[in-house]
Amino acid sequence: MDAESLLLSLELASGSGQGLSPDRRASLLTSLMLVKRDYRYDRVLFWGRILGLVADYYIAQGLSEDQLAPRKTLYSLNCMEWSLLPPATDEMMVQTSVVKGRFTGDPSHEYEHTELQKVNDGEKVFEEEVVVQIKEETRLVSIIDQIDKAVSVIPRGALFKTPFGPVHVNRTFEGLSLSQAKKLSSYFHFREPVELKNKTLLEKADLDPSLDFLDSLEHDIPKGCGWTALLGADF
Amino acid sequence: MGDPPPAPDPSAPQPSSRRSSQVSEQRSQERAQLPPAVPDGVQQMPLDAQVLRSSQEILESQANLQSWSQGASLSPYEQLAMFQAEEAQLGGMEYPSLNTGFPSEFLPQPYLDGGGIQVPGNASLMQQLQHGRGNVFQELESAYQEPRPDLLGQFSMYQREDLQFSASAQHGPYMSDDPALQFSPSELGFMSFSMQVPEPEPRELAVQNAKAYLLQTSVNCNLSLYEHLVNLLTKILNQRPEDPLSILESLNRTAQWEWFHPKLDTLRDDPEMQLTYEMAERQKALFVRGGSGEGEQDMEEEVTETAVPNIMETAFYFEQAGVGLSSDESFRIFVALKQLVEQQPIRTCRFWGKILGLSGSYLVAEVEFREGEEEVEEEEVEELTEGGEATEAHGEEEGEEDEEKVTDVIPKPTWKPPPVIPKEESRSGTNKFLYFVCNEPGRPWTRLPHVTPAQIVHARKIKKFFTGRLDAPVISYPPFPGNEANYLRAQIARISAATHISPLGFYQFGEEEGDEEEEGRAGRDTYEENADFEGIPVLELVDSLANWVHHRQHILPQGRCTWVNPLQKTEEEEELGEEEEKADEGVEEVEQEIGPPLLTPLSEDAEILHTSPWTTRLSCSLCPQYSVAVVRSNLWPGAYAYAIGKKFENIYIGWGHKYSPENFNPSLPGPIQHEYPSGPEIMEMSDPTVEEEQALKAAQEHALATAEEEEEEEDEDEDEDADD
Repeated sequence: MDAESLLLSLELASGSGQGLSPDRRASLLTSLMLVKRDYRYDRVLFWGRILGLVADYYIAQGLSEDQLAPRKTLYSLNCMEWSLLPPATDEMMVQTSVVKGRFTGDPSHEYEHTELQKVNDGEKVFEEEVVVQIKEETRLVSIIDQIDKAVSVIPRGALFKTPFGPVHVNRTFEGLSLSQAKKLSSYFHFREPVELKNKTLLEKADLDPSLDFLDSLEHDIPKGCGWTALLGADF
Repeated sequence: MGDPPPAPDPSAPQPSSRRSSQVSEQRSQERAQLPPAVPDGVQQMPLDAQVLRSSQEILESQANLQSWSQGASLSPYEQLAMFQAEEAQLGGMEYPSLNTGFPSEFLPQPYLDGGGIQVPGNASLMQQLQHGRGNVFQELESAYQEPRPDLLGQFSMYQREDLQFSASAQHGPYMSDDPALQFSPSELGFMSFSMQVPEPEPRELAVQNAKAYLLQTSVNCNLSLYEHLVNLLTKILNQRPEDPLSILESLNRTAQWEWFHPKLDTLRDDPEMQLTYEMAERQKALFVRGGSGEGEQDMEEEVTETAVPNIMETAFYFEQAGVGLSSDESFRIFVALKQLVEQQPIRTCRFWGKILGLSGSYLVAEVEFREGEEEVEEEEVEELTEGGEATEAHGEEEGEEDEEKVTDVIPKPTWKPPPVIPKEESRSGTNKFLYFVCNEPGRPWTRLPHVTPAQIVHARKIKKFFTGRLDAPVISYPPFPGNEANYLRAQIARISAATHISPLGFYQFGEEEGDEEEEGRAGRDTYEENADFEGIPVLELVDSLANWVHHRQHILPQGRCTWVNPLQKTEEEEELGEEEEKADEGVEEVEQEIGPPLLTPLSEDAEILHTSPWTTRLSCSLCPQYSVAVVRSNLWPGAYAYAIGKKFENIYIGWGHKYSPENFNPSLPGPIQHEYPSGPEIMEMSDPTVEEEQALKAAQEHALATAEEEEEEEDEDEDEDADD
């Protein structure tokens, strides 16, 4: 949620039971403003919170002018001091997929994972148990990236693509109408499009290149239970 | 100058052309002045020959536009003239000249006034143009002022025509009653053109073609590009957004959309908003105070104790912990609970929490009925089931008798269904409280049935999302006995038993205890509030989990809180099943299941993957003096409890599932049953194939045939013998 409309968005998203206590809200409002100034971001979004055993991580993301460019992720333990996280890579994802269980809440904590690795020692080939240390920070980065790629959603019309390439926030976007809001096709994934080129020519002819340049939610697997659009206070 | 209109004049009545000719004549006479009848505020500009030409063209264009707006089709001449006028301006007319061009265009129809540039004539023309609009002078003034500040020639052209358009009352949102548009030409820039003499034929033709092209109506609709551009520019001018170039496309799209989706008028209901209106209506009913007594008396009655808890206070404390619904939703829940208390005979009531579902969520209220109220319904349900069983048993006996008469008796299976574990009595164990659910505040509350141990056992094996409809079937393996209402109740029971906690000392066991030996096995199941409880400091609550205890009974693997030996049969079952009992091969010994007793501290809870099943937090580290101690369950994500001083409360807001570090795998189907063992008595053989049968048949026929031949030979032999 945008740092500028944080309070309103928190009210609207409260149906799921997760919220922020007043002290966190107040500290977020102030610290996100400072983050925006210091890092010179165009928009700062409060991404959310990851619960840990000892402490919780509060995550924020900063966007530049081009909305689809890779975002910078920051984390904080007390909503006041923010630290930048390294960008996510595929190897990180592979590495951290073996770690299970909850986050501890200590960013310097290291998970130990024993692996059987084949070690070539001259002519001999034998397996050794290697203990791999995985930092919690790495795990945090890859989890945030996975969650973003899977569930980051934006309504159709909120962003538009200029002919020069960059993607901008659409200032004339007034929201979706009720009937549009119920359809899954009016929502897009907020990430680089993957399935767009797989569409047939007929489908592509109906698309509007300045608005429909992202993947829609309609074709996500599994159908039916992947996404539901709920209206009003029903969620 | 005084030339007649340049283009040929095919159509017969061309009032505009005649008008223009008149104008040109008059213009030539009144070179340096504007007609005195023109109102003040109009600048007087010198006339030029080109001005004249352009003016007459403009006039034509105006008239043409007017006629067009009235629905007449444009003749080629008129189009040409219009375009010429615009083109002339494009060519770079001087600002002053343009100005003069204008007023002359509002010449009255020559037939009416007998020529001459007169204000009344103008007025009448203006009125004509505006279909009777009154503000003649304003229009005139604007007409004078409009063309002055223009950024681009095209821009100006459209503006002017836009004026005409707005006068035509054809487009709803673009009525020119926006005073800013008429009176603020100074905001627009200054246009400076240089005069050019437009060459007659080829240019006119080009212009005419271009204009005709622009005026083509689109295939999909009746809108032409020309009209659309006019709309768009008017809209931009009305709204004056910042940096319009960057949002040009969006504005374009919006203008197009609005053309086809005009706002419905106020007499008709907006169909899209029906849903939200209905919801608001329902919730309005909540806020009406029930009862029709006098105001003061009601107030007094209500101030005394009510079963509804102070939800707002609970919501406040949970908000400090970062949990909970928004405050207006909490209030609606409070009012809905109040409604529930009024409708049902309730002694105590509590907001249990919210379970989220795919198409809708459930708000759950945990209630206790007053004594004697609830059993009525229970008995009815039991009678129904018992009646069913009796008839079934009767049917079986009759069936058995019939079967015995038939010689071929199908062997009876030796498999028996495992004995059904009886569910717990109301007000005890898992069924200690009654639960009511509703989808959202304002809807009627539905009562959930009591939970049976079988349902709890099955609920432990499956993991399904709730849909939000109580009658939805739960399709799973192993098959769940019941629909979503039963599954919901089972999950509520599990969550309550696992996560309802209180500070140590808040509850204590009653002083009257029976034989400790007897009760020691079954576990004490009653507790009462400790009147001397003084509260534990918040810091201590956060530091150690031993300061919290469970105050709900643990559910045994059997599915109940108190253990029941399933092999003990009740009297009724013994009567029916006497014959079958003898066939039993001995009673299996079942061990009694024991769970942790009531009021055990949290520190005794089992760990999940080396992590504690509970997390404690202080709600605000910056002000520990006023913070609340918060405990969060790691086993059931969504279960929270807070405590401060003497107050505490539990809540659950979540999806209703247990936490598992691995992904959920549904249980596999059971092993394949073995085939019947082949023994000496029964041997399984494969049926003969078609070829074998045919071969057999052929062999048999062959044998028959040879037998017949032999007989025939014997007969013949006998005959021969006989003959001999």
